[in-house]
Amino acid sequence: MTDHRLQNSVRQRHSLHPEDIVTLVIDGQQLTADPNDTLLTIAQAHNIHIPTLCFLEGISAYGGCRVCLVEVEGYGKLVPACLTHPAEGIIVRTQSPRVIEYRKKIVELLLSERNHICSVCVTNGHCELQQLASTLGITHIRYPGLFPSLAIDASNTRFIHDPNRCVLCSRCVRVCAEIEGAHTWDIIHRGIKSRVSADLNQPWKEAVTCTGCGKCVQACPTGALSEQGKAVGEMLKKRYTESTT
Amino acid sequence: MDQPIIIEPITRIEGHGKISIHLAPNGEVADAKLHVTQFRGFETFCQGRPFAEMISLVERICGICPISHSLASAKACDDILGIRVPETAQKLRVLLNCGEFIQSHALSFFHLSGPDLILGMDAPAEKRNLFHMLQSHPEIAKDGIRLRQIGQQIIEGLTGKRIHPAWVVPGGVRTPLQEHERDTLLERLPEAQAILERAITLFIESLKKWQDEIEHFANFPTLFVALTNSSGQLEHVHGNLRCIDENGAILEQCQTAAAYQDIIGEASEQYSYLKSPFYIPRGYPAGMYRVGPAARLNVANGCPTPWAHTLWEQFRLFAQGPILSSFYNHFARLVEIVYCLETAEQLLQESNITSKHIRAHAQPNYHEGIGIVEAPRGTLIHHYNVNTDGLIERVNLIVATGNNNLAMNKGLVQVAKKWVKGSSLSEGAINRLQAVIRAFDPCLSCSTHAVRGPVTAIELLNYDGKLLDSI
Repeated sequence: MTDHRLQNSVRQRHSLHPEDIVTLVIDGQQLTADPNDTLLTIAQAHNIHIPTLCFLEGISAYGGCRVCLVEVEGYGKLVPACLTHPAEGIIVRTQSPRVIEYRKKIVELLLSERNHICSVCVTNGHCELQQLASTLGITHIRYPGLFPSLAIDASNTRFIHDPNRCVLCSRCVRVCAEIEGAHTWDIIHRGIKSRVSADLNQPWKEAVTCTGCGKCVQACPTGALSEQGKAVGEMLKKRYTESTT
Repeated sequence: MDQPIIIEPITRIEGHGKISIHLAPNGEVADAKLHVTQFRGFETFCQGRPFAEMISLVERICGICPISHSLASAKACDDILGIRVPETAQKLRVLLNCGEFIQSHALSFFHLSGPDLILGMDAPAEKRNLFHMLQSHPEIAKDGIRLRQIGQQIIEGLTGKRIHPAWVVPGGVRTPLQEHERDTLLERLPEAQAILERAITLFIESLKKWQDEIEHFANFPTLFVALTNSSGQLEHVHGNLRCIDENGAILEQCQTAAAYQDIIGEASEQYSYLKSPFYIPRGYPAGMYRVGPAARLNVANGCPTPWAHTLWEQFRLFAQGPILSSFYNHFARLVEIVYCLETAEQLLQESNITSKHIRAHAQPNYHEGIGIVEAPRGTLIHHYNVNTDGLIERVNLIVATGNNNLAMNKGLVQVAKKWVKGSSLSEGAINRLQAVIRAFDPCLSCSTHAVRGPVTAIELLNYDGKLLDSI
């Protein structure tokens, strides 16, 4: 969280009526917050790090990846910080052993579901999934890999869709629908067979709604969407620009 | 029916394989086979991938010669793009290749074959290794380690990594050479040259004690295949294929990379995952040919650099016509290290070697691409077909070690007939059977494209298949 965003958060809170402010504890810190904020944004505003994957600032929260799960005292289940609003007096733990273990399992399941071979991936060294696994100290995957063989869509002259590297975070779907307004992408099938597809399952080049803006490629956290012609490690996502701060 | 002996694993080579020796009812050696027992499968699982990823994918075939695979792959990808690679990028690719040849040949000569050459073929097995050499001949062992390090440092100086750098890309290379790296690399070359002077003197002085090995280590007439430059001289990265016969006459001088398809065919045998390429006009298996260091020096008219050329002349004086004994591969490796050191020195002193113009960009323009380079172990061919979207449809890899398969098998028979006596294996016989394979410096993991089955061995079997002895 930047100082700029922290100041905004504080400013907003000061403009609220005292009855509209909730107090809560995150990782031992006594905090006040707007009840319309989420646990994730509150934590970010106070420099408390909660890892995310499907969350992307600027588009709606989805809660699909479950990487931002946190523990709330008295709640039976872990809750996604990106979708959970604060209640008065709750005590939140973002780094408890239970939370960490769940996060590791989630990331390992993601890694086992598709073919995430970092050494030969276009986003090697710049991948959010890779960074997440590294931060969580994942050196091995306890689940057997499924190693699916999914066809790559390289029909677009500028971009490639490799579903073998997709984590179904739906950032591409949301950025295309909510920012570009094209809604070219969506998720077809269900469960383990789910995958991202363009225009009712058409080859990308035949997706008439696609404007070719490339936002989906830049929003993708992995190498599932990349620019044509990129070799290993060459696909840097252009997201973190000054305009977002 | 004959009877087999199995030797497994073969040690001090790259990859897994085993040797079987078949004895006739009278107890004499009837046949011998090299079995490559691992399977990699790159030709199949690369299908469907974007061609631009191929270079880094095939680099993973090998930890010793990833550069060769990346260069052959890059040339095939350049061919698909229909692109002219910038001059500096071409030079940097050659420089990178020099680094790999230095480290790989140093590994073969000092680390893998050094224990045989320095300590003797009949030395106890527990002493024939680099660690014992460090105790008994520390200066030689340290020379080998340092020389290999210098080769690796050239690769690291260019790419930032010593192994699997993913630095070569379609259309050029990823990053330019920095001036301070150039200066550092240049400073290290004299030390490498001094090591080579000592190694060459050592090898020449020891030659007289290896007469039996010279005579029986795959010493028979075959064809030879290698790349040569436009003047017919030694070439590793560019140039075209040339094939000479057992008397040195040029049978083929290819003008394009695609012409390899007219001269090289591929056969397969039940006993090995390694394919058996052959020279098409002579058929299989009569079209046996050899590749690698000695083959390159046989095929070439000379070397483009002065010291290497002098050594090439010395090499050609070992016999009349092409040098047939594969034992001389050891010397040929030293000649090639010299060639690479001289080439590296020349390239590093060129004014545009640090130019930033190192990559050309294009969309795929052709559906087929072929890249041929000389890997340390011999000629390496990558042949790709892509669809209109640039996705790989077919991959054919003819890997250096595969080219020597027929000759390695014949070499085994020659050594077995000379040194295997009766139904048990002596220490000297076991080591020489492996040493003849080692003379080819095969990389079995490179050559078969999932490691399955047992690790390798030598087996001695009788005429009805009963195992008499094994290691």
